[in-house]
Amino acid sequence: MVRGRGAVLDRANVDTDQVIPARFLRRPRGTGYGPYLFHDEPELLAAAAGAVVLFAGANFGCGSSREGAVYALADAGVRCVVAPSFGDIFAGNAGKNGLLTLALDEDATAALRAAVAGGGDVAVDLPGQTVTAGAVRLEFAIEPFRKRLLVEGLDDIGLTLLHAAALEDWAARDAAARPWMVPG
Amino acid sequence: MARTLLDKIWSAHVVATREDGQDLLAVDRHYVHEGSFHAFGMLEHAGRAVRRPELTFAVADHYAPSAARPNPPMAADVAGMMVQLRGNAARHGVALLDLEDARQGIVHVAMPEQGLTLPGLTVVCGDSHTSTHGAFGALGFGIGASEVSHVLATQAIWQARPRSLRISVEGRLGAHVAAKDLVLAIIARIGAAGAVGHVIEYAGTAVRALSMEGRMTLCNMSIEAGGRAGLVGPDEVTFAWLEGRPMAPREAAWHAAVAGWRGLPTEDDAAFDGEVSLDGAAVAPSVTWGTSPETALPIGARIPDPAAEPDPVRRRTMEEQLRYMGLVPGAALEGTPVDRVFIGSCTNGRLEDLRAAAAVLRGRRASVPGLVVAGSTPVKRAAEAEGLDRVFTEAGLAWGEAGCSMCVGMNGDLVPPRERCASTSNRNFPGRQGPGSRTHLMSPAMAAAAAVEGRIVDVRRLA
Ligand code: SF4
Repeated sequence: MVRGRGAVLDRANVDTDQVIPARFLRRPRGTGYGPYLFHDEPELLAAAAGAVVLFAGANFGCGSSREGAVYALADAGVRCVVAPSFGDIFAGNAGKNGLLTLALDEDATAALRAAVAGGGDVAVDLPGQTVTAGAVRLEFAIEPFRKRLLVEGLDDIGLTLLHAAALEDWAARDAAARPWMVPG
Repeated sequence: MARTLLDKIWSAHVVATREDGQDLLAVDRHYVHEGSFHAFGMLEHAGRAVRRPELTFAVADHYAPSAARPNPPMAADVAGMMVQLRGNAARHGVALLDLEDARQGIVHVAMPEQGLTLPGLTVVCGDSHTSTHGAFGALGFGIGASEVSHVLATQAIWQARPRSLRISVEGRLGAHVAAKDLVLAIIARIGAAGAVGHVIEYAGTAVRALSMEGRMTLCNMSIEAGGRAGLVGPDEVTFAWLEGRPMAPREAAWHAAVAGWRGLPTEDDAAFDGEVSLDGAAVAPSVTWGTSPETALPIGARIPDPAAEPDPVRRRTMEEQLRYMGLVPGAALEGTPVDRVFIGSCTNGRLEDLRAAAAVLRGRRASVPGLVVAGSTPVKRAAEAEGLDRVFTEAGLAWGEAGCSMCVGMNGDLVPPRERCASTSNRNFPGRQGPGSRTHLMSPAMAAAAAVEGRIVDVRRLA
C-alpha cells in the first residue's frame, strides 16, 4: 500500500529527456537520481514536488530508453504513475525497478484527477488493486505475474536462468540451422 | 496461415513462454555503448558473466568528442565514460570499436556498416533507436539498463508479443523529398503514440524504392511514433548492400544465408492488426514546429493555433510547445529564422545524407554557424574522399569526428539556450540539444538550405 501526495501533470508526450536531462546520466546510480527529476522543467517539477503518485498525460515516458528516468522518479519518492498510455521501454524499465505504471483512460481517471487536483492524498493498493483519493475509488486490472514480480521484487535474471537448458538447446539448434549467424 | 516477417522472426527466436504469455526471445546481436555502464555495474554486482561475448559488440558513440583525433580534448567526466567502456569491454571479452578505431561510429550506423546487422536477426541495444536495424529485416528494439544486464547475463529477453502495424506508401517521392520527410509525415499522421505496442512494417513501392540508407532513416524514427520496432522486408537492395561487408557471412555461408533470407518477407495474405496507407507523391519537405516529432508539417504550412484544439490536454500541450519554441500561431513555418544547423546523427549521418546536404551547399555560403558530423568514421573517410568535407568547410560549417554529437549534446556539443537549430536528428524534445535549445527536425537537404538562408526554407527553391 502506497499513500501520499498525488500530482496531476496535464501535458501529453512527457518524454524521458524531460524527466531527466542527458547530462546527468553519467552519474553513478548509488549517488541518487532524485535531484535530477524534471531538472530543466520547472513547471513539471513544481507540480510533481513531493508526489508519490503522478497522474500524467498520454504517452508518458516516450523517447529515450534511459532507465535514469525511472531512477529519478523512484529516488524522488514516486511509487506509481497513472497515464492513458506509456512509452513501451519506459514501462518495461519501471517494472524492473518496482515503479508501478497503470495505463488507464483519461475518462476512467477523471474523478480521481479532480480529487487529487484539490490537494488530497491518494492511496494505491497493489494487492487489492485499487486507487483511492478522497471518496473516489477506482479498481484496476493487472496481469497476475506482473503483480507478483512487483510485489515480491523477484530476481528476473535468476528466474530466466531456470531456463538455461532451453537456452542451450535453442543455441545448438540455431547453430545447425544458421551456422553463419555468429560473426567471424 | 500466411505469416508476416515479424511472425517469422519472432517464432524462430522463442526459447520459452511464461505464465503471463511473455516469450523468452533469443538475442542474436547485443550492442552496447558508454551508457551501458549501469548494466555492466548490475551484472558485476550480481557476480555474473557475459553469456555470449561473441554476440556482444561495444562502441564509443554517445560521448565521442567531435574534435580531431587522436587524443581529442575531453572533459574529465566524458573521458571517464570512455575509460569505463574500455574496462567493461576488456573485462568481459567484448569486442570494442573504440574512439580511435577506424570502424567507430554511432551504433546504428557502425554496426550495419560492418555487416553485423543481418536479415532475420534479433538485435537489442540500450538505445531506443535500435529500431534502425529493422531496415535489414532484423527485429531491432531498444531496451533499458536492467534489460541490458539481463541480456548480458542470458543472451535472451522476455517480451510480450507486439501487435503489428503495416504502413504502406505507394507512388514516388517527389524531387528533393527524402526518407526523413516521409517518416516525419508518417509520425505527424499517426502521432507520437500512434504505434505504441506495435511493430511497424513499412511496405509499398515508395519504401521499396528507398536505398538502405533511406530505409534506415525510416526505421530509425519508428520509435518517435511509439513503435517497438520498424521493419522493411529484405530484398535484393538489402543483399547487395550487405555482400562483402567485413563481418557479414562469406562465400558458401553467404549463399546459404541469402537463401534463408529470401523466405523472410511477409506473405501476400498475411493479416496485420492495423493498416495505414500514404500517398508517396503527396509528401512534401517537412519540418517540425514543436517539441514532439508529431508536430511535423509540410514546409508550406502555418504554425497551428491552440485555440482551435478542442481537447484541453492537447491544447495545454500546444500552448506549452509554442511558448518553449518562441513561435506564434498562424505564422508561416517557412521563413522562421534559425541560429545554427546540425547535420548528422543515427537518423541522417550516412554518406547519402551528407551528399544531399553537400549538393545544396556546394558553391554557397552558410549564413549561420553549423556542425556536420558523420555517423561513423568510415562515412567520414568516404565523404572526405569525395571532397564533401571541403564543401562543408568552404561553406563555413564545422566538420567533426564521428559520433552522436549535437543530437544529444553528451559530448559537450550543445545548442545554447533559446537558440533555434535546424537539425537532421530525430528528437526535438525540450532541452534535447542542450538546456533551453529549440530544435526543428528536417532532412539533410532542408537543413543545408536553412544554413544558406539562415531561416527555414523550402529546399526546392534553392535546387
Ligand atoms: S545519434 Fe542521437 S538518437 Fe542516435 S544514438 Fe546517438 S544520441 Fe541517440
